[in-house]
Amino acid sequence: MRRSAILLVSVLLASAVLFVLLRLLPGDPANALVSVGADAEQIEAARRQVGSNLPLLQQFLHFLANIAVFDFGVSFVSGAPVLGEIGGRLMVTLPLTLAAFAGSILIAVPIGILAAVRQRTWYGALISIVSQLGIAVPAFWIGILLVTLFAVNLQLFPSGGFPDDGWTAPAESIQALILPVLTITLVMSASLIRYVRSATEDILSSDYLRTARALGATLSGALVRHGIRNGAVPVISILGIELASTLLGAVVIERVFALPGLGSMLLLGIEQRDYPNVQGVLVVSTLLVLIVGFLADVLQRLVDPRLRERVTGGAS
Amino acid sequence: MNGTAGSMPQTEGKMTRRTIPLSLIVGGVIVGLHLLAGLLTLFWTPYDPTAMVGGRLAGPSLAHWAGTDRLGRDLFTQILIGARIAIEVGSGAVAIGAAIGVTLGILAAFATRTLDDVFAAAFDILIAFPTLLVAMLIVAASQTASLFTAVLAIGIAGSAIIARLTRILAKRVLSMDYIVAARVAGSSWPSIVVVHVLPNIWPTLIVNLALQFGLAAMAESSLSYLGLGAPPPNASWGRLLQEAQGTVYTAPFGAIAPGIALVTLVIGVNLLADGLRAFADPTRRGRR
Repeated sequence: MRRSAILLVSVLLASAVLFVLLRLLPGDPANALVSVGADAEQIEAARRQVGSNLPLLQQFLHFLANIAVFDFGVSFVSGAPVLGEIGGRLMVTLPLTLAAFAGSILIAVPIGILAAVRQRTWYGALISIVSQLGIAVPAFWIGILLVTLFAVNLQLFPSGGFPDDGWTAPAESIQALILPVLTITLVMSASLIRYVRSATEDILSSDYLRTARALGATLSGALVRHGIRNGAVPVISILGIELASTLLGAVVIERVFALPGLGSMLLLGIEQRDYPNVQGVLVVSTLLVLIVGFLADVLQRLVDPRLRERVTGGAS
Repeated sequence: MNGTAGSMPQTEGKMTRRTIPLSLIVGGVIVGLHLLAGLLTLFWTPYDPTAMVGGRLAGPSLAHWAGTDRLGRDLFTQILIGARIAIEVGSGAVAIGAAIGVTLGILAAFATRTLDDVFAAAFDILIAFPTLLVAMLIVAASQTASLFTAVLAIGIAGSAIIARLTRILAKRVLSMDYIVAARVAGSSWPSIVVVHVLPNIWPTLIVNLALQFGLAAMAESSLSYLGLGAPPPNASWGRLLQEAQGTVYTAPFGAIAPGIALVTLVIGVNLLADGLRAFADPTRRGRR
């Protein structure tokens, strides 16, 4: 209940931040509607149409009301409804992000645990070195290298682009997404492995695990029975952040592979001063990010009962 | 706090105390080399970075260690200048991020429960806007992409993460018994921050600031890759990579060398951070 209230407040706060940020963008949004050399009357008409002639507070209330009903208006440039455009873009960004997310969990969790349990072996050390390397490599460079290797030299995958008709030919769409997904998966698993490893290390050095072992549990038995719940809490919050930042951070990867996703819509919108598009993308992605954070929080509480009620007293 | 460290034989404790961690040395050398290269470009570069001194898209040779770009300019010269830009942006962004983040984090940790919730929600929202997004908006708002907008944007975007971490670390310290003791003894909040909170959180904080430096350098190259970073003639690694991507068929090395420069810098900083942590935090020394 408390969390839901916080989510609502967050949405309100975020809308206010977005509103201010969008007002910071230079120029009157109405300028995009009129041609160069329009007279004052035409500009005034455009301002009325966009609503930028109203007082700021009223503009903000309009903004909130429109968000509440998911009405983001129409693009200045193409005239198409923003929401429809976002929907189409999400069909690229969501599969890209979710596939990479699932892939990195599948890779990072077992490898991270292995690296912690077997940290004194050569492969434990190797995993640590490779993941250390992985977090130092920018995603777009991995993308460029993968394109060079798989698209240019081996010619196994397309070097970029996405079918114009979306998912009507799923095989082609999937093929277009393989390299981008691989790129994000590699980067995300490298950082996840480190978190999983350090969470596991903390568990391995904990008293309760030693007690469980002393009572005769095997290492893997004790880890499964006591470790997973304890280790999951910090990892879940990292997962939430990773998923959220990939949803929005995919913009660079979308540029590398020329994918028509949410990020490239935002970049294009900024370049063309297409305010409705910029605003729509920002609102939708902020909502997505907040919802992911909310779900991560709920999940943590399910896993760890101690988080459900806050300890009163003390410093807080 | 740590049972294993306390039960270690004394001689071993003394030995580990004297050793400087290997990662600190290796990281220091790598970062030092980048720093030297960056400083050097203030006075001297192998070639004029804007002069067309060689054949177009030439491979690496003795005259041009990293080859040339599509206009025949020396790539090694541009990579050296890129080191300076990466370090400038990295340190500037971390300084801005730390100034904002640590202050807000400590304020939040000391705040009442309701206010703390507001702070925490605000941090979450700011973190929800990835570095690149904030940077793109700031660049769009200022209408000119410059080195300063990149530093400012990356710094502000990173501050939320630092604030969140500071808040969590500070709260952990504040829940300790010795804080209660200090309050009973009459210490003021500012002195508790200086005497107890900061010294206890800085080992973790400094490691994260170093990691932030690496992230800032990467964010700068991503921005430049998108065409939103420092404009030419600033030879950012990201812009070099963006330019090289179009000619990757004929000159693959141009798409590799700037990336290697960036990755070594980030690895160097991360190693330095690791070494610092091992050096600064005696409780972790025994574990490695």
